[in-house]
Amino acid sequence: MKFTLNIWRQKGPEERGRFVTYEARDVSSDMSFLEMLDSVNQGLIAKGEEPVAFEQDCREGICGSCSLVINGIPHGPDRGMTTCQLYMRRFPDGAVITIEPWRARAFPLIKDLVVDRRALDRIIQAGGYISVHTGGAVDGNVLLISKEQAETAMDAAACIGCGACVAACKNASPALFVGAKVSHLAFLPQGRPERTNRVKAMLEAVDREGFGSCGNQNECEAVCPKRISVRFIAILNREYLRAGVVESSLPAEPESPHAEST
Amino acid sequence: MELDSKIPPGPLETKWDRRRFTEKLVSPNNKRKITVIVVGTGLAGASAASTLGQLGYQVECFCFQDSPRRAHSIAAQGGINAAKNYQDDGDSVGRLFYDTIKGGDFRSREANVYRLAQVSTQIIDQCVALGVPFAREYGGQLANRSFGGVQVSRTFYCRGQTGQQLLLGAYSALCWQIERRQVTMRPRTEMLDLVMVDGQARGIVARDLVTGRVSIHTAHAVVLATGGYSNVYYLSTNASGSNVTATYRAWKQGAAFANPCFTQIHPTAIPPGDAHQAKLTLMSESLRNDGRLWVPTMRADHRCPGDIPDGERDYFLERRYPRFGNLVPRDLASRAVKAACDEGRGVGPGGHGVYLDFADVLGQQGLDVVRERYGNLFDMYQRITGEDAYQAPMRIYPAPHYTMGGLWVDYNLMSTVPGLFVIGEANFADHGANRLGASSLMQGLADGYFILPYTIGHYLATAKLTPVGEDRQEFRSALQRVMSRISRLLKVKGSRTAASFHREVGRLLWNHCGMSRNEEGLKSALTSIPALRDEFWRDVMVPGSGEAFNQELEYAGRVADYLEFAELLCHDALHREESCGAHFREEYQTDDGEPQRDDSRFAHVAAWEYREGTSPVLHKESLAFEFVQPTTRSYQ
Repeated sequence: MKFTLNIWRQKGPEERGRFVTYEARDVSSDMSFLEMLDSVNQGLIAKGEEPVAFEQDCREGICGSCSLVINGIPHGPDRGMTTCQLYMRRFPDGAVITIEPWRARAFPLIKDLVVDRRALDRIIQAGGYISVHTGGAVDGNVLLISKEQAETAMDAAACIGCGACVAACKNASPALFVGAKVSHLAFLPQGRPERTNRVKAMLEAVDREGFGSCGNQNECEAVCPKRISVRFIAILNREYLRAGVVESSLPAEPESPHAEST
Repeated sequence: MELDSKIPPGPLETKWDRRRFTEKLVSPNNKRKITVIVVGTGLAGASAASTLGQLGYQVECFCFQDSPRRAHSIAAQGGINAAKNYQDDGDSVGRLFYDTIKGGDFRSREANVYRLAQVSTQIIDQCVALGVPFAREYGGQLANRSFGGVQVSRTFYCRGQTGQQLLLGAYSALCWQIERRQVTMRPRTEMLDLVMVDGQARGIVARDLVTGRVSIHTAHAVVLATGGYSNVYYLSTNASGSNVTATYRAWKQGAAFANPCFTQIHPTAIPPGDAHQAKLTLMSESLRNDGRLWVPTMRADHRCPGDIPDGERDYFLERRYPRFGNLVPRDLASRAVKAACDEGRGVGPGGHGVYLDFADVLGQQGLDVVRERYGNLFDMYQRITGEDAYQAPMRIYPAPHYTMGGLWVDYNLMSTVPGLFVIGEANFADHGANRLGASSLMQGLADGYFILPYTIGHYLATAKLTPVGEDRQEFRSALQRVMSRISRLLKVKGSRTAASFHREVGRLLWNHCGMSRNEEGLKSALTSIPALRDEFWRDVMVPGSGEAFNQELEYAGRVADYLEFAELLCHDALHREESCGAHFREEYQTDDGEPQRDDSRFAHVAAWEYREGTSPVLHKESLAFEFVQPTTRSYQ
């Protein structure tokens, strides 16, 4: 198979970027999309040219490194997968493929297709954790958690932090990313003591980092490689409202570890 | 070089308690003045950095990924073992200890393994407290599944993403400490050398991968949590960034490297395809709970699997190991797969594959049950191969997956270099010659949460640590070493890519130091590797500059280290004239192809010391078995 690739090349954040066209020849249909790019890069390096910079690591859809916008869609044409899980058999022979980086103000470009996603880490640092010390934890079975609740927490916790939700959103909103973390912890009894401050601190960090706000268009769910549901954005909004109510009506409501989460 | 394992005397059950009591402590006021460097943010690194931060130390934490959450622990699928005995099926600390010692083919330290089994139960509690959403039963209790090589159900899991959830737990604890400014996080920063001052590890040289700036970082102690070196084989199940550079550089600064030839080849990966393939994808070991491995009884049988009648199929694991069947440990399963393929009975392209068949369980329990249990794995298989495993059996083939070898550490997890601690897969300590499934996550978190934070305190409280500044000559010369190597890589401007050398050294190792090894092959590898290395330094092409984001430069530096490290691996495999665990020397096997261990000559840890310009020097730490009797490891 052969393909024509229009790839975004940009030497650095201060330089102007542009599309450069490359031909990918002798591509086998069993190659992954990234292996196809590898082979283009091998050709460039052998000629002494700089290869196309792109991110990848585990190549099995879990680390969240890979981050390409392929023909306008983050992670490419198929739902529920990362760029590294896309195979060339998905494309017709001779196709023209456009490859761009994640584009968002909060994700400054580093080089070519590589952007800086540390803003997502800083959102988690603002409160996406349970502050318990190592040691002294009670037995794991002391707090019973229903199967449904644990499964819902897991649905949310499956987020790989790739940032495709931001790249797909015209407002560059990370609502799905934040909603997933807030919901994951809100559904577990261990996460309840800090839920009020958590949601507020994380949303403040979202604003600080220059992300946009959610417009409820659900593009994020459509491109999420882990199929995280926009339901978790609804839970995020509810948690935020709840936090406002709790704050205005002191003293705080009693927190029971056995309370229903909903 | 002296190998003092510092194992506390006395009964096995109380060794760790007594060690914790006799260790010196650092007072809270002094902790603030102490800096510890942690390199790597996988399960071991993230849990150690966060715990050290909580204790009050100043921690400087490094990873080469863009975020600490992307370390390769994230890809572990199956689960984490703990001796909770929630299933009341006869599990105990003693049994987990015994299974691990036996699974490792009696090549690990009793005291270390017992401690690992002891703290395993705390790990689960800690992870639950951090919000890890483990699978639960309908009644709300934690669920368990079984894993290869054991007869109890002690594995805790989060669907097929246990590593991800445990890592995100440790990462969130780390984020808390970053927010509290106890930990300074330096992502996209790669350690390129270790710095010794007065015989102690006092810092590292690291390169900022975005700007290319090489800088010095000083500390009172250095912790390496940089993972394993399976990628020396080029094709492995590891992430492409996983590499040996940090541990290899530490080796060159005097840390002994132990048992490098103990490399685990996992039996169930998707078989390699064409030459462009960049990695092998693992299919979780849990598939062997229900899948049956078979090959045709006839050689070069090219019929469709469905057309081969039962009588003409060889369910080789069930035939060879009737007691454990398809659930034998990984090393035995991998070798049996290789043996079947070597006999010409392999299936698929090149005969590199065997069938993993779910027809029986599909027939007995139905499609829905199989889909619920393994749906994500079947989907993954289809995505990669384009084949539907519900219709026809999967094809699988072994792949390098985990390395039991690593830097030598004593009971306190300190290497032979004072002040250099090594945790997780990067050390050699707990798995002997073969690791059981769901034990790597357990070891990474045991080291990081519960062991290192105690033992490093004792070192910091008792060692004489003079103040050092970046202007010390030792730091300047380490910086110089790193810079000149980078410019050397850039100056070659040859005609071959780093990947082509990586592929070549990988193939060499796979052929001569892979699933089975022999003297002749190892000796030939030991002559080929230096030649290949010379060619690398004559003919590699690294475009771009060192003062910018340059992924090819990073990669070429790692390949250069593989080209040296591969030799160490072969030296170790050549010295070990026995077959044990994952190390199978063809000269040492029984008539029916089972490995022959030699406890009289090789019941030791082989710790290699670096010597410039000559072959590495071997030191032995003999393994004493006071509490279990080494037996022939039989799963038949």
